[in-house]
Amino acid sequence: MPPVIPIVPVPAETGGESETVWLYEKRRQIYPRAVHGWFAGWRWAMVWITQLVFYGLPWLSWNDRPAVLFDLTSRRFYIFNLVLHPQDFIYLTVLLVICAYALFLFTAVAGRLWCGFTCPQTVYTEIFLWVERRIEGDRIARMKRDAGPRSIDRLWRKGAKHAAWLAIGVYTGFTFVGYFTPIRTLWAESFTLSFGPWEWFWVLFYGLATYGNAGWLREQVCLYMCPYARFQSAMFDHDTMIVSYDPQRGEPRGSRPRSADPRALGKGDCIDCTLCVQVCPTGIDIREGLQYACIGCAACIDVCNDVMDKMKYPQGLIRFATQNGLTQRLSAKQTWRRVLRPRVLIYSAVLLLICGAFVTSLALRSPFRVDVVRDRGVLARMVGEGNIENVYRLQVMNATETTQRFRVKVEGLDGAAVASEPDFEVGPAEARWLPVSVQIGADVARRLGSGVHPVKFEVESVDASGDKSEVEEKSTFVVPR
Amino acid sequence: MSDFYSGGWSVFVAVASVVSMIACLVLLGVAARRKVMVGANGAAGKDDNTTGHVWDEDLTELNNPLPRWWMWLFIITVIFSLVYLVLYPGAGSYAGSLGWSSTGQHQAEQQAARDAMVPVYARYASADADTLMKDPAAMAIGERLFVNNCTACHGSDAHGSKGFPNLTDNDWLHGGDHASIVKTLTEGRVGMMPPLAAVVGDAKDLHNVAQYVLSLSGNATDAAAAVAGQAKFVVCAGCHGADGKGNTAIGAPNLTDKIWLHGFGEEAIVAMVSNGKTNVMPAQSQRLTPEQIRVLGAYVMSLSRGDARRSP
Repeated sequence: MPPVIPIVPVPAETGGESETVWLYEKRRQIYPRAVHGWFAGWRWAMVWITQLVFYGLPWLSWNDRPAVLFDLTSRRFYIFNLVLHPQDFIYLTVLLVICAYALFLFTAVAGRLWCGFTCPQTVYTEIFLWVERRIEGDRIARMKRDAGPRSIDRLWRKGAKHAAWLAIGVYTGFTFVGYFTPIRTLWAESFTLSFGPWEWFWVLFYGLATYGNAGWLREQVCLYMCPYARFQSAMFDHDTMIVSYDPQRGEPRGSRPRSADPRALGKGDCIDCTLCVQVCPTGIDIREGLQYACIGCAACIDVCNDVMDKMKYPQGLIRFATQNGLTQRLSAKQTWRRVLRPRVLIYSAVLLLICGAFVTSLALRSPFRVDVVRDRGVLARMVGEGNIENVYRLQVMNATETTQRFRVKVEGLDGAAVASEPDFEVGPAEARWLPVSVQIGADVARRLGSGVHPVKFEVESVDASGDKSEVEEKSTFVVPR
Repeated sequence: MSDFYSGGWSVFVAVASVVSMIACLVLLGVAARRKVMVGANGAAGKDDNTTGHVWDEDLTELNNPLPRWWMWLFIITVIFSLVYLVLYPGAGSYAGSLGWSSTGQHQAEQQAARDAMVPVYARYASADADTLMKDPAAMAIGERLFVNNCTACHGSDAHGSKGFPNLTDNDWLHGGDHASIVKTLTEGRVGMMPPLAAVVGDAKDLHNVAQYVLSLSGNATDAAAAVAGQAKFVVCAGCHGADGKGNTAIGAPNLTDKIWLHGFGEEAIVAMVSNGKTNVMPAQSQRLTPEQIRVLGAYVMSLSRGDARRSP
């Protein structure tokens, strides 16, 4: 018999009044205040680096073609000297594994660095906020105008802001499509508005998504859509450097005259100016401790350090610190020593290993690739007076941008020889299917006996400078009964 | 007709879909608000951000509300599905006001692809075989048609195998000019060797005639038998000709060359004479358009042309 938990009715609360509340709340508009300082400088540096790469890369030329072009129609990815075929998909997989490990490593060391400094959501929001401040002013001005009556002033400022946002968004969409269609062609098309249907769709979709995400949704993406916020607690521990308020130093908080000695007043270093809340792009109060909504942008650190300077207190009331460091009052050196824990070392080792393997594999990549497929029509056949012939289809993929000459040989089976034309050419970045016949003499066939015998194909290329490279591929040779 | 045994099921599915969508909206409306206690007595309620519910003595429910735009997204999806059910098939067997069907879409795409190919093939409609063979674009099309339609029997390298003719050796059962190849592709061919053991005679006669046939290509192993078999070859000469050089009008193979479609040696020949064989090249007119067949025919011709020779 399972234990029975009796249901006991709870008596209605007496003396209280009831009220109806919504379980869906109206979104609270956040007006982040402009911030300057060390971390804001780093964020702007990351904005410049990522966006110069993103907007600039498609315009670079290489070998008379765009340096980076993802040609979906002919299924070739061109990245500088690399020509990737669909068969090279493994590189993308490895790249994603590297990204994942880098994320693990950075998160274990210093929390959500990615979110605060390089996530496109943060980067574009930063750009859009900059536009907003140029046109509508900083936090106070924006709040005042939004709360005030409708006016021409508000109308034109909002109009101008949205027009600027849309322009940035659409140009971003245009750049995105420029990775798939040569951007110079796309640029020429844009004057006559003669994009293809899919180009139109992606320019507008990506453009409007940028506008909507960075202009309207902003922190809502981080709070309600992004899974990273929700599993950060699985990747943090007490030795992770996170943006933290030092309560032992700050509390009890409260305002005081600049000249007064806080210790004499019985107060901590926090003057409760709430600037850390005003600059927060997700609208939280870092003094309440680690929260899922904190994207680790360190804006509160920058602004609090300014206040500490003005108060002539030491900086770092809010700082990157570990939870152990705060509770055990560890020095910076002790804290860092604990940050380098086994978990971090293992992540680093795995990351280095995979990166090394990735680079090595790319460096040693053969200039062509061969797949051997046995012919599906004919298993084996007798030709002439008892010779046995098998037919194969070789797919030879040229991973360079020059025509390559190849010669095919068979190895691993005595007396086997290529009976069809062994020399062939494959054009730049082309993948060519070639039928190849392999024969063995009647006496050899008798000696081997009927059955399936392993055989190797060796395809050899000779480039213009005389450098040889060779690819081996296994298959089987069938001798019929 | 509908996918259901009875029209009633169609109605059931339609009603169930619509009712469940509306029920979702109603549920959202009911569950989006909640009465909580406020104020006095330290009661659980709005002041400590709980809903006032207590289970099992001390489990309380926090109210961390989702933003309202999230709720609107949900409502938009419900409206979207209602509009979808009006426009597209989905509500039981109702076909939707747009009249869309996956079959229709597939046919439209096929038609669009065919229309797109018309100008490509228009250039080849009146071109003769020599012109086609010199046109790399036509030959590339021919190669793809060959790979998709012919390689299952004739092999990737067009060398065929036992019973399936080699297309690269310039030996033609039914004629190797463009018109004959086009006819072969369009209508198909039937090659019929009747069983003739009874007419030829006993085992010795079969041995003799087989040796004679081998001697035509210089492969006889028993010269005396070959001489003896010549008389019996009269039976064969009706189709293969008195000189054994075959007849492309009826698809009778040339017996004097070294090409042995159905196997080399006395054993294979005796089996063929005794049992006969019907060999079929299927007609391609249902699969390929006349223009495609013209291009493919020229491609097949090119396979056995020395200078224009190419491998598929």
